[in-house]
Amino acid sequence: MKTSNDTLPFWKHWGALDSIVPAPQAVPPVHRAGPLAVACRMFLVLSLLTGMIYPLAVTVTARVCFPHQAAGSILKRDGQPVGSEWLAQRVAGSQYFWPRPSAGDDGTNYATVASAASNLGPTSSNLIAQVRARADEFRAAHHLADDMAVPADMLFASGSGLDPHISPASARLQIPRVAEARKFDAATTERLCKLVEQSIEPRQLGFLGEERVNVLRLNLALDLLK
Amino acid sequence: MKRNDWLQLAAYFGVLLALAPLIGSYLAAVFGGAIPRWLAPLKAVEGRIYRAVGTSPDREMRWTEYAIALLWFNLVGVLVLMGLQLTQQWLPLNPAGLPNVAWPLALNTAVSFVTNTNWQAYSGEATMSYLTQVLGLAVQNFVSAGTGMAVLLALARGLARRSASTVGNFWADLVRSILYVLVPLSLVFSLVLVEQGVVQNLAPYQEVTTLEGAKQVVPLGPAASQIAIKQIGTNGGGFFGVNSAHPFENPTPLTNFLQMLAILMLPAAQVFMFGRMIGSRRHAWSLFSAMLVLLLAGLGLALWSETQGNPALANLAPLEGKETRFGVVNSVLWAVTTTAASNGSVNAMHDSLSPLSGLVALFNLMLGEVVFGGVGAGLYGMLAFVVLTVFMAGLMVGRSPEYLGKRLEQREMVLAMIAVLAPCVIILGFTAIALLTEAGRSGVTNAGPHGLSQVLYAFASMAGNNGSAFAGLNANTIFYNLLGAVAMFVGRFGIILPMLAAAGSLAAKKSCPPSSGTFPTHGPLFVLLLVSVVFIVGALTFLPALTLGPVVEHLMLGSRVF
Repeated sequence: MKTSNDTLPFWKHWGALDSIVPAPQAVPPVHRAGPLAVACRMFLVLSLLTGMIYPLAVTVTARVCFPHQAAGSILKRDGQPVGSEWLAQRVAGSQYFWPRPSAGDDGTNYATVASAASNLGPTSSNLIAQVRARADEFRAAHHLADDMAVPADMLFASGSGLDPHISPASARLQIPRVAEARKFDAATTERLCKLVEQSIEPRQLGFLGEERVNVLRLNLALDLLK
Repeated sequence: MKRNDWLQLAAYFGVLLALAPLIGSYLAAVFGGAIPRWLAPLKAVEGRIYRAVGTSPDREMRWTEYAIALLWFNLVGVLVLMGLQLTQQWLPLNPAGLPNVAWPLALNTAVSFVTNTNWQAYSGEATMSYLTQVLGLAVQNFVSAGTGMAVLLALARGLARRSASTVGNFWADLVRSILYVLVPLSLVFSLVLVEQGVVQNLAPYQEVTTLEGAKQVVPLGPAASQIAIKQIGTNGGGFFGVNSAHPFENPTPLTNFLQMLAILMLPAAQVFMFGRMIGSRRHAWSLFSAMLVLLLAGLGLALWSETQGNPALANLAPLEGKETRFGVVNSVLWAVTTTAASNGSVNAMHDSLSPLSGLVALFNLMLGEVVFGGVGAGLYGMLAFVVLTVFMAGLMVGRSPEYLGKRLEQREMVLAMIAVLAPCVIILGFTAIALLTEAGRSGVTNAGPHGLSQVLYAFASMAGNNGSAFAGLNANTIFYNLLGAVAMFVGRFGIILPMLAAAGSLAAKKSCPPSSGTFPTHGPLFVLLLVSVVFIVGALTFLPALTLGPVVEHLMLGSRVF
């Protein structure tokens, strides 16, 4: 049945698309497969489409077009993979910039399989104690005055337990410690300051998200600083 | 809040408002059978699917037949998904060598993904093989969204048709929603995600030596293809345990923006689709406005609360459980949208939100996931509230209630009330059971009022088919797995079946032309009434429980710790 609506593009017609056709009545079922058999076959076909063809198409296209990202954005030093750009790794020494604390910190590394958050609520005494301990530790390591505020991202554990970024303020505060540990002279420290400023990623498209510094990238660049 | 924060909020709602009506009209066209010409190749695929399955898309079904087809399909889904988990160790595509999943968790997860809940009492990277993820969980991400859409379509037909005995064909609705909507959107979206840094491969986990010489295992897998559909289909189940907080799931502010958009896109668009199917643009805008009002009210409270900081910690920016790249505002916006839509993915840990932000998330779940809600599910849930609103308006003016030219009678009212009350009974009843038993209390990991919130949130999330969590709760126990499976099942089919029955009885009714006494279902008065009904039902049912949880915690903030 042809109606005037059929000639319009779909975004033009406001009307009951469904009621263009007179309301159909139930047809007595012909002898055919029962609903269970149809359900099984339909499930099989849709699994094939959405569970095999679709993910395979994405995997192949991703591998061809974005091989680096699809494989985990692995960063290398002297040809050896040292980690993923997107996953924080635990830093204990003074030679490198520190990432955010992680609830998955087991004393040797940040857990990745599976990573973890603290899930402590705002009235948790445990949370308060952790934050105070981290503040004391950070102040002591960076020779900060007792009343100086430490940036919140260095005090609170991240959601993923693997947050690859820190705030620009946290990065700047760590410069003197890193320079001292590496015995940088004044000129090299100056270059380190520049490096940190260059490492600050702006808000995406100018307004999305927050300014941030990727810690692993910064630490890799730091190793190249002579 | 800084200027930039307002800018992000404005951009988000601006894009949503611009896209939703457009996608809504596309949905209406596709489900009305008017496939746009540029989709002709897919039409050939659609025909092949029906032939392969041995069914005809034109065969109309009565509501009972429609419901039986839906139930069989979902039952097959539960069994297959359980089977995959229970045998994954012996199946291919398991490079991490993960063992078979224990049966209580397998059952819980199967029901969870079939009901579009995606409650996860496990971490994907440590529990599920690649095969289970792509062929089990991701398949359900598609078909459970398709099932929700199908129920909405049946209900819309019930309202649009006059003196009809049928409500459409379940198989055609399911196949079309997957083929013309979910798969194409997911294909494009997943590639954008990969470009930004989301992993997509079938390689084994890679071990690297870190800068300081420690060993780190980099978990990999086919994540992007699953994350795209988890957001578009309002599923929310993460490929990795910490969901969209994980940098491999959500690496940049742009992926965060697009994923938040995907969370609300189909739930918002389906309102306009519905408007077209019943032929009323004004009613669609009124429904949309009611949902938007409820969303913005919650968002406002949550943003205010979260930006105050924690007085016990010198009001520092509360970044516990949040990621640096998103910051506070994006984390709150996500928390509110993901609980309003029954998505349930998270980009920050809800357990660590401020008490009132947690309350907003919790209340969104308790309202029955009708503030945009899930694909299909959000609107058919909201229509139950609309029926209730029209009925109450009818009582007030003393006329028999009519909705879209259909006279509402006892049968429709009973069905709508079942759909509204079933999740409430589950949430409060099961929370009480959990708190009264050692098995339930042992899962709680925060002391004080926050502990109550953890349990309450779990059952609200499962009964509302949301899937987000106050994730500190240790939910992978026989107690929570089994009780949770029941909650998710009732929360899904305890609404679907009454709504399909209502679709059947509405379709059979004659149309009665509106008269001067008919209560108009558009305009500010209707929006106000609808918002009030939704709010009051939620508030009357849950205020006592909320008071003992997040409200008390808020009042104690800064003066007491547990």
